[in-house]
Amino acid sequence: MRLTLGPLQYFWPRERVLAFYREATTWPLDVIYLGETVCSKRRELATRDWIALAHELADTGREVVLCSLALLEAESELASLRRLVDNGRCRVEANDLSAVQLLRERGLRFVGGPSLNVYNHQALRLLCEDGLDRLVLGVEHGQAVIEEFRASGLPLPELEIPVWGRLPLSYSARCFTARALDLAKDDCGFRCIDYPDGLPLASRDGQPFLTVNGIQVQTAGHCDLGPELGELSAAGIALARIYPQAEGTAEIVARFHSAIDTGIAPARHGEENGYWYGTAGMELVEPAQSSMPR
Amino acid sequence: MHLVCPAGSPPALVTAIDHGADAVYVGFRDQTNARAFPGLNFTEADLRSGIAYAHARGKQVYVALNTYPGPSRFGDWQAAVDRAAALGVDAIICADMGVLDYASRHHPGLARHLSVQGSATTHAALRYYRERFGIARAVLPRVLSIQQVERLCEQDVVPIEVFAFGSLCIMVEGRCQLSSYVTGASPNRHGVCSPAKFVRWEEGPGGQRSVRLNDRLIDRFEPDEPAGYPTVCKGRYDVGGEVFHALEEPTSLNTLELLPRLAAAGVVALKIEGRQRGQAYVSSVTRTWRAAIDRLAARPDGWQPDPQWQRELSRHAEGHQTTLGPYHRSWH
Repeated sequence: MRLTLGPLQYFWPRERVLAFYREATTWPLDVIYLGETVCSKRRELATRDWIALAHELADTGREVVLCSLALLEAESELASLRRLVDNGRCRVEANDLSAVQLLRERGLRFVGGPSLNVYNHQALRLLCEDGLDRLVLGVEHGQAVIEEFRASGLPLPELEIPVWGRLPLSYSARCFTARALDLAKDDCGFRCIDYPDGLPLASRDGQPFLTVNGIQVQTAGHCDLGPELGELSAAGIALARIYPQAEGTAEIVARFHSAIDTGIAPARHGEENGYWYGTAGMELVEPAQSSMPR
Repeated sequence: MHLVCPAGSPPALVTAIDHGADAVYVGFRDQTNARAFPGLNFTEADLRSGIAYAHARGKQVYVALNTYPGPSRFGDWQAAVDRAAALGVDAIICADMGVLDYASRHHPGLARHLSVQGSATTHAALRYYRERFGIARAVLPRVLSIQQVERLCEQDVVPIEVFAFGSLCIMVEGRCQLSSYVTGASPNRHGVCSPAKFVRWEEGPGGQRSVRLNDRLIDRFEPDEPAGYPTVCKGRYDVGGEVFHALEEPTSLNTLELLPRLAAAGVVALKIEGRQRGQAYVSSVTRTWRAAIDRLAARPDGWQPDPQWQRELSRHAEGHQTTLGPYHRSWH
């Protein structure tokens, strides 16, 4: 199994982003995904900067993939998407069908991102005809759908699944960070930059629940499929994705790398894994506990 | 501009047609549609009589098949497409690429509308669905501003339908996993959002009520406070030490004042949300929009929304309040 770094979902200052990716080139990663997937107003790095960074990282010999926005609304966002698609070197992760369309019009191979809706083998077959050769499974998919994909008998592309991080749950026209700060979206002051891990949202009894990240809502807890790595491998998952976070990403990468290297699954560090087991995503299923006592 | 109204039951279909709908949209009694609620929707026999009723009056019936089947259930959606075609519906409303592909190959003569759940927000995405599946119409997600809707209509990729009135999904439809995250039941896969079997109300000693979804506290209400249904996006939460409707308050979309602009943009159909709502809602909302559309057609100059129409619509709105929602920049 190969280890990948998913796109940075938060808005960090330019220098911090560049330093992060400089450091990431020293980590045991097979693929680095980068680019702005959440909000086109985040321009510490403009599209051309992301492309330049991607090409620079690709020079180190690693596979680098440029990720597209999950939600496009404006013509200017389509123009940025065109620049991304025409970058001339790195593959693109298509996070909506606008990206798929531009890629297929150019006959380019691409990675299907987690915000594409691919729920069955027929949708997957159509996207493979369009040029998809790797699919990052949507967040609500787990073991069962992969088995069903295999049972369909159709040839499958490479499959990738997030194994660590706060999962993206939804997107909106509204900016929830601006709303929380009582700002208009058009005059948001780019305040996401003050929240390098997003803005925590708790239920009224004080339980951490969600994370507000601009127009995106994420889980509060971290999805952790470390202890499930053996099952992932058995299911034929080719790539395991780690989402960047403000602190400790290097240690997480090291932990997963060592687990893949030695074949010894790491202890549980995260709070959630429900989607893998086909239940509510916020739940934590401990397989040992759920099996019948002998 | 066609008025497309919700029918969660055979009586609602008749009510919608009688009060001025040009088309009604319905679902089968299973998870093939995004309002798979107990007691709602149509058996095959119901639909056969509903279609006869509508067609006899020159009106149309669309069937929503707008959830996403997993591989093992794909056959059920194929069968539903076959059933809709055999019954002679005027269009099917689909989101899943596999379902659209199946319908386009097996029933090329049956009009295919792209569901709001298909999340197409650009002309590139619309081109994809048109070129791949020959869609005859697309329903836009409730994320675009009126200016963006106008620009999309100018591109003229496919005829456009937009939401005019009803409960407001704050998230891009088809790409929201909040219900799935909390309950495991998702709009995309199961046709339900925050289903009732996970809802638990608790009353405190002072009459304060708490509502939980799969044990997760969604909101608390004082005895005199109106309490809405606990969808995850409409709860009150603590962000930065302040408790408020951090995602969206209970409110309904109402685009009535934009009607002339939507018509001028070339929007071909207006959709009313609410297959889960009762007949009082269907009759009143349908009648109001019919009157507004007819008056615009008859006297376009100086058209203004009648205050009586707005009062009528507000009565049926969630939390009795309405918003222009994403159509208006200040909402964002």
